[in-house]
Amino acid sequence: MTRRDMDVAVIGGGPAGLAAAVSAKEHGAKNVVVLDRNSWLGGILPQCIHDGFGVEETGISMTGPEYADLYIEMAEKKGVTVMKETIVLRFDNSRKIIAVNKQGIHIIKTKAIVLAMGCREKTRWNAMISGTRPSGIYTAGVAQGFINLYNTMPGKNIVILGSGDVGLIMARRLKFEGANVLGVVEIFPCASGLPRNVVQCLDDYGIPLYLNHTITIIDGKERLEGVTIAQVGENLIPISGTEKRIECDTLLLSLGLIPENELSKDVGIEIDSVTGGPIINQYLETTLDGVFACGNCLQVYDTVDMLSIDAKKAGKYAAEFTTKRKINKEKVRKPYVQVRGGKGVKYVVPQRVNKEGKVHFTLRAEKPREISTIKVVSEKKTLLRKRLPWVNPANMITMDVTVPAEIVKQGQTLEVSIG
Amino acid sequence: MKNFQVGIIGGGVIGSAIAWELSRYRLDVVVFERGSDVPSGASKANSGVVHSGINSSPGSLKARYCVKGNKMFQSLADKLGFDLKWVGKLVIAKNEDEIKELERLKKVGLQNRVPSLEIIDESEVNKREPNVSGIAALWVPTAGIILPYRFTIALAENAAVNDVKFLLETKVTDLKKKKNHFLIETSKGDFRTEIVVNAAGVHCREIASMVEEPDFQVYPRRGEYLVLDKNYNSLVNSMIYPVPVEESGFLGVHITPTIEGNILLGPSAEFIDDLDDRRTTKEMMNTLLEEARDLIPALPDKAVINAYSGIRCKLASPKSGGWADYRIEESKNTSGLINLLGIESPGLTAAPAIAQEVTKMISQIVELKKKNNFKSRRIRKKRFSEMSTGEQSNLIKKDNRWGRIVCRCEHVTEAEIIESLSNPLGAKTLSSVKYRCRAGMGRCQGGFCTQHIVRIMEEQFNIDVKDIKLKSPSSHLFYGRTREVKDD
Amino acid sequence: MTKKDITCIVCPIGCKIIVKLDGTKVDLLSGNKCKRGIDYAIHEALDPRRMLTTSVLVKNGEWPLVSVKSSKPVPKESVFSILKEIKKTKVKAPVKTGQKIIKNVAGIGIDILATKSIKKTS
Repeated sequence: MTRRDMDVAVIGGGPAGLAAAVSAKEHGAKNVVVLDRNSWLGGILPQCIHDGFGVEETGISMTGPEYADLYIEMAEKKGVTVMKETIVLRFDNSRKIIAVNKQGIHIIKTKAIVLAMGCREKTRWNAMISGTRPSGIYTAGVAQGFINLYNTMPGKNIVILGSGDVGLIMARRLKFEGANVLGVVEIFPCASGLPRNVVQCLDDYGIPLYLNHTITIIDGKERLEGVTIAQVGENLIPISGTEKRIECDTLLLSLGLIPENELSKDVGIEIDSVTGGPIINQYLETTLDGVFACGNCLQVYDTVDMLSIDAKKAGKYAAEFTTKRKINKEKVRKPYVQVRGGKGVKYVVPQRVNKEGKVHFTLRAEKPREISTIKVVSEKKTLLRKRLPWVNPANMITMDVTVPAEIVKQGQTLEVSIG
Repeated sequence: MKNFQVGIIGGGVIGSAIAWELSRYRLDVVVFERGSDVPSGASKANSGVVHSGINSSPGSLKARYCVKGNKMFQSLADKLGFDLKWVGKLVIAKNEDEIKELERLKKVGLQNRVPSLEIIDESEVNKREPNVSGIAALWVPTAGIILPYRFTIALAENAAVNDVKFLLETKVTDLKKKKNHFLIETSKGDFRTEIVVNAAGVHCREIASMVEEPDFQVYPRRGEYLVLDKNYNSLVNSMIYPVPVEESGFLGVHITPTIEGNILLGPSAEFIDDLDDRRTTKEMMNTLLEEARDLIPALPDKAVINAYSGIRCKLASPKSGGWADYRIEESKNTSGLINLLGIESPGLTAAPAIAQEVTKMISQIVELKKKNNFKSRRIRKKRFSEMSTGEQSNLIKKDNRWGRIVCRCEHVTEAEIIESLSNPLGAKTLSSVKYRCRAGMGRCQGGFCTQHIVRIMEEQFNIDVKDIKLKSPSSHLFYGRTREVKDD
Repeated sequence: MTKKDITCIVCPIGCKIIVKLDGTKVDLLSGNKCKRGIDYAIHEALDPRRMLTTSVLVKNGEWPLVSVKSSKPVPKESVFSILKEIKKTKVKAPVKTGQKIIKNVAGIGIDILATKSIKKTS
């Protein structure tokens, strides 16, 4: 059993964790450790061998592994301690972490924690698809890992459910590796991934996109043998008579991501039921003192670039929490401003603001709309009104709002709406 | 041609319990199991309940073996190292008519000599089960829960350690009765036995009809289940059952806590045409949720993490009312063939008692001499997740594979996975790992651990990537390599 | 005179732009909602190119595959002939990010570069 004291411990060594760790170092934290459950750093990035990462951040379009290497090298240069193939079993509200790896049990007492556990994929049971339970059904990320990391092909005749970017990227990847990609099935009237991916992954290769469709039945005694797709109406319910069976041996599920917050829940951190991530304030601090959250475990981001911006902030505030104790002194437990998503808004992050000043918000619209107005109102006045040419739930909206002192002092509520 | 004294067709809980009983004696026993592991059919797809006997018709074999089996379970759990919890059962009444039914059930229970039955009132129901809605209930303390797949595995592995030969992925293709023996043709070769035990579950008629004209029909009845996330395990403390509606033995959609902290909803009961039709349907999943909500109004929608189904071997047709007793008998036409027919609920509970009965029958054909080196204990090993930090630390020092957690959701280590794959039956599928150490049964349903378990299978057990299976002989996971590694 | 239907990829709206070409001269362009779309649509109509990313088999490495990319976007119609050549290629560990795995693949003057480092197995 080893015991050590750290300034900042980052749980998760993917892009969020690495960016937070580097930033923590840059902002004065002396002993920073990153713990990751895999034998590699970078999280999911090493298997994302396609490009498109880092464009906004660096101006260059990198592949996932290249983007990861950038941050891995930075972490090394800054002297971040790394513990690989290490799982955090739990931590308590005094920020004592119990972790385990092949060297044994490690008790890490740390001044601040940054949660960067990422997310897991939605499974077949999140969609409750009827039928048998054969082999050959994979979530898209798992299939991607097998193909790109382990040199293993999941199957030959593929159907993909869900047209998010992961699903689209996998359609092209499988096509490149000689598989027969029979189609991508999407329940909504438009693809949820970027148009770039629809063009470069489906259109380029003549892979059919079945919009307004879902899978109603999976069949196959031991290995998948076919799926039945059907058209859906506006209520997303399958229209009887429109069923069509597609013979296939592999089904990839790209149904969405769920932030991974088991550790957070175990220690009593409050979770936002819409984002699936911890409730945070503008310092990305959770409802547990000194515990910060960033990356996909906080909310599912669209691009790694946006994720890194917030992750760096989390690292900065975690470091400041341990060094200057700036936040701690000035933090006033009550009152704080509660930020709510109103009409047309699915969620807003951060959900709490406890100091006046400029706050950076990220939010998502409830449904697609053309010309829209975002409004941020307190109980008494409008703080922001901005016009947007379009909004879409699949595209995260960011905005900076100056929150005045009286609103914080009075513990008012801020409501963000889109109309 | 391999010779054995007893050939058991079917390695499910019935076949394995019989194999286990017989393994105490100096007898050559072989078990033919067509699946890739012993819990392959109904044995892994049921509620995992050790029934008390209140639901069985007094005087029936079902009642007799259920009550007898129930009494054997604690000692079996201690000897064979599987978990058993006596959580008890509440049969909930929602109106006056149903209260009368509770009284009738209690009478049946008393006739079957089920101890400590008690009818409790609404306030007591609310006290014990705040989330359950009902005006009275029958409290059955001698009902318990186990993990049926672990129980089946425990029986089979202990039998294997005591020299019973288990042949997995071995399908019996033909059975011939010769003068003094049976000729058994299988997908893995031919065998010769003196006695054949037909424990083929829902396929019992297929086997019986290989040697004789069966005097029974099998009416398969499917039961679908939903598995709820562990986060909801505080919804119930005991098993919650509605008052049974039909006489056919269908117990109604009930709510069962599991040993691991999940909750099961189900089963449904649907007569089907195809014995192997194990589909789970969206309609039934919604029905299960609705019916469960009758008993637990606060049941959330998003709690489902998995679904499965099992097929009951019913001997009575739907038209005739659907109730029939067990048939456990030596065939009148084919001596030496012992048929186990219609072993549906309470089959899991009855298994140990049925095994003793079959052993008695066999003792009348062959002389049974006890072994003096019978290995009667199977140790229930502590899981990493159950150990104290000190225990974990010491174990990792001895073998550092205990320090690498592979299943994040259930905290299962590399050492436990390797141990699971090293089982005495030779079962090596993802499911056989799952059933032994739980890796893959958490809320991410294998999203993280699958890649690592596959790697362990390839590197440490030399299983070719094309031979890696999910759960059954043809449930392959992979097609081949992305890039073939061909030698120059 | 050829007509090409281009889906613009510059922003998530994904305008459907029609480009009418007379040889290499753009005759007509319609359907775009902004200026950025024009540049993209013309380029895509005249000379569609794609960044190519895939994997190459590694011998004696800690991992069996190394991810690779084309050094520049490749002509869209040469994608499969490039993939064919890449699939036949094997590289020995160690491999370094940026390492040239194939020079002048399929004779189009573009290289295939490693995008990650693979250590040799000990």
